[in-house]
Amino acid sequence: MTERIGTASRVILRGGEGAFVPVVTLTALILVVWYLACPPMNAVLPQLANVQGLGERYLVAWGLERPVLPAPHQVIVELYNSTLGTRLFRQTAEGMVLNPRNLLFHAWVTLSATLVGFAIGALLGIGLAIAIVHSRVLQKSLMPWIIASQTIPILAIAPIIIVALGSIGLTGLIPKSIISAYLSFFPITIGMVKGFSSADSMQLDLMRTYNASRSVTFTKLRWPAALPFLFASLKVSISISLVGAIVGELPTGAQAGLGARLLSGSYYGQTVQIWSALFMAAILAALLLALVSLAERLTLKAMGARR
Amino acid sequence: MTTGMAIDIRDLSLTFETADGPVYALSKANLAVKPGEFVSFIGPSGCGKTTLLRVIADLEKPTSGSITVNGVTPEAARLGRQYGYVFQAPALYPWRNAEANVMLPLEVFGYTRDERQERAKRYLAMVNLSGFEKKYPWQLSGGMQQRVSIARALSFEPALLLMDEPFGALDEIVRDRLNEQLLQLWAETRKTVIFVTHSIPEAVFLSTRIVVMSPRPGRIIDIIDCDLGEKRTLDIRETPEFLKIAHRVREGLRAGHSYDD
Repeated sequence: MTERIGTASRVILRGGEGAFVPVVTLTALILVVWYLACPPMNAVLPQLANVQGLGERYLVAWGLERPVLPAPHQVIVELYNSTLGTRLFRQTAEGMVLNPRNLLFHAWVTLSATLVGFAIGALLGIGLAIAIVHSRVLQKSLMPWIIASQTIPILAIAPIIIVALGSIGLTGLIPKSIISAYLSFFPITIGMVKGFSSADSMQLDLMRTYNASRSVTFTKLRWPAALPFLFASLKVSISISLVGAIVGELPTGAQAGLGARLLSGSYYGQTVQIWSALFMAAILAALLLALVSLAERLTLKAMGARR
Repeated sequence: MTTGMAIDIRDLSLTFETADGPVYALSKANLAVKPGEFVSFIGPSGCGKTTLLRVIADLEKPTSGSITVNGVTPEAARLGRQYGYVFQAPALYPWRNAEANVMLPLEVFGYTRDERQERAKRYLAMVNLSGFEKKYPWQLSGGMQQRVSIARALSFEPALLLMDEPFGALDEIVRDRLNEQLLQLWAETRKTVIFVTHSIPEAVFLSTRIVVMSPRPGRIIDIIDCDLGEKRTLDIRETPEFLKIAHRVREGLRAGHSYDD
């Protein structure tokens, strides 16, 4: 028992020494470079034209209203003001709704499209991988199309999808989710084809000696053997799903979502708004990734993985 | 062709067609194994001993000749789940603990939950692994893992046990212990065992008959009776009878090799 406690505290300590210090150091380094870059990046602005003293240039460059490159604290302040500093709900004729002035509203719009797109992409990706693993014909015929689908720039095909779906009456969440799924199914298909084929020949022969059907072999061998691959793929594709949802908000002049915030920010020269939307996207991506990692840890632990 | 034999092999040949031309894995093999026998296949690598075992298990199809397993074709025997197969490696599923690995065939065959648990407990006890039911493969030594795989092969009580160099990857001390345990297991269960090995002492110690094979083409060159009695201990390996049989096996292996060195 004492040994176990000792091990646990050692792990925490090692985690502290191993991860905390480098992360903080790197973050500090990035912040220093960022602050130092503000005056030269904003040198084109008239507010800086007549400022001579070096210290004064910094102070002015870090407090500009519409900078080319805002200072980090400006972004943080904007993030705070547009989330916790703004009312989340507002009263309308239909009752209480989310307030579009709040960045969290836009984050939720994008997140919901991301999650639906990710779910579609994951199911599609796994389904395709199952088909490919079980049929040589499908492998030969599907694989080139799957790869070709990813060579098309998403920015080119996104407006086409939006317009095509709009013409059959689908707008809002669904077209964005489909663009998101279009991007995110691919890593899952590739990963799961590999995963479903990862059982070794003895493990497969064993199932043959039991005269096990394909479906039994799949559920008892191929699927559990593929799970580590599944989580690796999900981690890649959840961030891609988010990118897809944001891209889906760009070409339509959408009123809501982080993509819409990015676009309106660039229309009106609101760089601080753009950066805070970018930060929000990064925070969302980190949260989603953390959730997938948590699911991975719990699943692999339940499967008796080496700790 | 029902003969009352556990295994009846006549003029069995198997040729693999490869890019470099045909490989004659088995050539005109003849062998009859009575129920309850412990028969070892011994020979250098490439002699077709594993291939012959895989033909019996219906994991390979012969090119010509005939074979019956428990009086039926190997395929019917496989479909009837009449044999348990132990591979060179334990081939345990790493996400299942020892007990769940033993229960795998029972799940596939649709045994009830109670039956599965009762049998897993019983057969893990039979291979001296009581108390290790909840351990995952990575928590077990190589010898323990192979014992779990033997328990798994026994769990659905097949009449025939096919073992493909099951102890080949283990060190000599562990191998000796497992050989003793296997012999004890065989005495208890009275199964027909076909055992592939490349160790002469192992073959002589375990078997009632030894099939000596040689490569290129893979063929049976000698079948040696090995009647050392029921109760064997490891000490038997020092006796003249044992050494005499071991000598004959070695002579056979040498003869098989003489012309291609």
